[in-house]
Amino acid sequence: MSYSPTAQPAFAGPRRDAPTIWSRIGEVTLFWKILSVVIFAALWEYAGRTGFNFSFPTFSATVSAFFEMVADGSMGAAYLRTLEPLVIGLAFSLIVGISAGVAMGLRRDVEWFTLPVFIVMQAAPMAALIPLITFVYGIGLASKVLAVVMLSLPVIAINSYKAVRNVPPSLVSMCHSFMGNRRQQIFQIVIPAASPMMFAGLRLGVAEGFSGVVLAELLITPTGIGDLITYHRSVANFAHMYATIASIVLFAIIAVSTLQWIEAKLFRPEKRSSK
Amino acid sequence: MSLALAKKYEEPTPVTKPSNPIIEVRGVSKVYGNDVVALDNINIAFETGHLTSLLGPSGCGKTTLLKIVAGLLQPTAGEVLVKGKPVTGPGPERAFVFQDFALMPWASVMDNAAFGLKMQGVPRSEREDKARHYIAEVGLAGFEKKYPHELSGGMRQRVGLARALAVNADVLLMDEPFSAVDEQTRRKFQEDLFRLREVEKKTFLFVTHSIEEAVYVSDRIIMLSPRPGRISEIIDPAIPKGINPDDLRRNDVYLDTVEQIWQGIRKYVE
Amino acid sequence: MTLFGFRMPKMASLLVWVIIWEIIGRFELVMLFPPFTEVLAALGDVVTSRSFGEAMRITVQSYLGGLGLAIAIGIPLGFLMGLVPAADKMLNMWVNTFLSAPLSALVPVFMILFGLGTPTVIVTVFMFAVWIIVLDTRAGVLSISPSLMEMSRSFGASRAERFKMVLLAALPEILAGIRLGMIRGVKGVVIGQLLVSIIGVGALFQLYQQNFLMAHFWALVLILFTIALTLAELVAKLEKRVEYYAGVRS
Repeated sequence: MSYSPTAQPAFAGPRRDAPTIWSRIGEVTLFWKILSVVIFAALWEYAGRTGFNFSFPTFSATVSAFFEMVADGSMGAAYLRTLEPLVIGLAFSLIVGISAGVAMGLRRDVEWFTLPVFIVMQAAPMAALIPLITFVYGIGLASKVLAVVMLSLPVIAINSYKAVRNVPPSLVSMCHSFMGNRRQQIFQIVIPAASPMMFAGLRLGVAEGFSGVVLAELLITPTGIGDLITYHRSVANFAHMYATIASIVLFAIIAVSTLQWIEAKLFRPEKRSSK
Repeated sequence: MSLALAKKYEEPTPVTKPSNPIIEVRGVSKVYGNDVVALDNINIAFETGHLTSLLGPSGCGKTTLLKIVAGLLQPTAGEVLVKGKPVTGPGPERAFVFQDFALMPWASVMDNAAFGLKMQGVPRSEREDKARHYIAEVGLAGFEKKYPHELSGGMRQRVGLARALAVNADVLLMDEPFSAVDEQTRRKFQEDLFRLREVEKKTFLFVTHSIEEAVYVSDRIIMLSPRPGRISEIIDPAIPKGINPDDLRRNDVYLDTVEQIWQGIRKYVE
Repeated sequence: MTLFGFRMPKMASLLVWVIIWEIIGRFELVMLFPPFTEVLAALGDVVTSRSFGEAMRITVQSYLGGLGLAIAIGIPLGFLMGLVPAADKMLNMWVNTFLSAPLSALVPVFMILFGLGTPTVIVTVFMFAVWIIVLDTRAGVLSISPSLMEMSRSFGASRAERFKMVLLAALPEILAGIRLGMIRGVKGVVIGQLLVSIIGVGALFQLYQQNFLMAHFWALVLILFTIALTLAELVAKLEKRVEYYAGVRS
């Protein structure tokens, strides 16, 4: 009933000359990105050549080590091993996390009962439990899947919860006023309205999942990428070790960026305004 | 809440009682928490086919009253009758237009306008035909496939209006529908509202905080006073029918009514 | 939530979970969980042991070291990115990269570069904490309303005065960054020590794991969790106070 100062522009024109502006900015950022990668590589190369540390390879040596491992197939095999627990764990976190988040968002009693657990899991250093899981579930796939789940589940669940909570109340009351029932309210209003933020949570969950799988492979038993890292370190093949680490970091970044890109493609128009 | 007490506040000014009321509000009170009295024993009836404005300073409970009529809020005491039947929740004979439009950002203009029909289980082709008709009615023909973010504020509210019209309710409940719309669009909107009232023969309940808007568009203005929310005055603006909008804004009756209301409200503002 | 007319305190359900935990432990339903009472009993054991005090000292030391480093470097870096567009364009990509990268993969590198000791853990804490501080500081600097800056210029504020204004105006975001950095830092210190595994709590975990002391392991986990949560809660409180002074900002 109070005055709302959300003044809308008379015509938020649907067709500004947006594409050209955006593509121009895109080119510029791309230029800066390339420049900063080049500078980074140059610094790395220089630091490697100064030989300040016996274990620090040059950039070029690292790159060639990377291609060597790709060529001999060890890289590909390692990735296949690593992706298995990651994908299983993430799929589990996704299903459980989103269901739990939505349930917490919709029901006060579920929220009261479950949310504190997720809050603790998100704020606490869950990684400390990884040795314990190994201790109980052994060194196999189950432990690694569990490590991924432990790290990725809380962030997915909490984001889904927040997403449901952030659904504009006027949309829910709109559905109610047009006589939508509870089911329709949930499936036609709440879930679609919450999906952008849920997806953002999924993205964070994937980032956490990568952390989980790498930690598991370093702490539990060396398999996949973790094995490559540990092995090359033990035989002092430092360029190979750096190449492996750089590749998994890069791989995680690419996966997360891809999700970010999909997110922008899918939800961009909505993000601009819900009113 | 006894009936005798209810009688005391009824009809503070001598105006004609609705002869054919579609909505009757009987002794409605709304208390938030334990002590915030948003509405205190409101008794009022709304005439079929009229546009009635609820006007008052902020905090007078006008939106609360509208939402109680809509069935979105439950009154603490009293009841609302629509076509003689007590309101327990939202119903098909009432449609709500929201202040912030409440459009689904992920749905096209068509899907937004057809939402109410979808909730009623109307098959797709039928509801799209109806929605298309009302989208055209509110002046958005050709925009069916656009999304809310591609529309201006005024256009978005037109979608909200089309959605409310499409369910073919008898009563349109409008909660400050033009407050988030700029001044030029707002005037155009008000004129369109006149035309809609003639064509669609619907009853409008209109919440606004703009005195000019209320005087301009209403058959009757219900003035509410805040803390606790009560009816302070009922005014029927006696503006000549069929006057054109430009003359109206210079019309003496119009200007006098605006002044009269302002004098009534100003003590709450200062 | 209200139950039988009583308002239930927010985190009270954790007690229910503890009871469930106890039941699971008693009946040995999930091997992972020894009875909670056993964990509590082990708690005393763990806390009083000499190695625990030493481990905590090292842990706190490396945590504070890494966090201090992250704040000292993160805030200026954030300011640089917020105020100099070219720096922003160059560094933004890296900051965002490290923010979502699996940083634990980098710990083996630190272990070689900095040795199997506290320096590696400090660097790990730093890497976990710094990026969010940079990003939030940058966001704070960028969110300062231009009219505030125009005001200060129009009233003839000196450069130092203006910088002070920027710092104060960006303070809520900076503190939010530090809070998140602190939480991440706790994860960093734990992960770093787990991987180095011969110092601090990492060594203790190793010890308990090798001797199958499940309850002791959980007791240590419980201590770490409690510290992490208390820390987060304390900073959130402090942050609220600052936000109160900073007022509402749109």
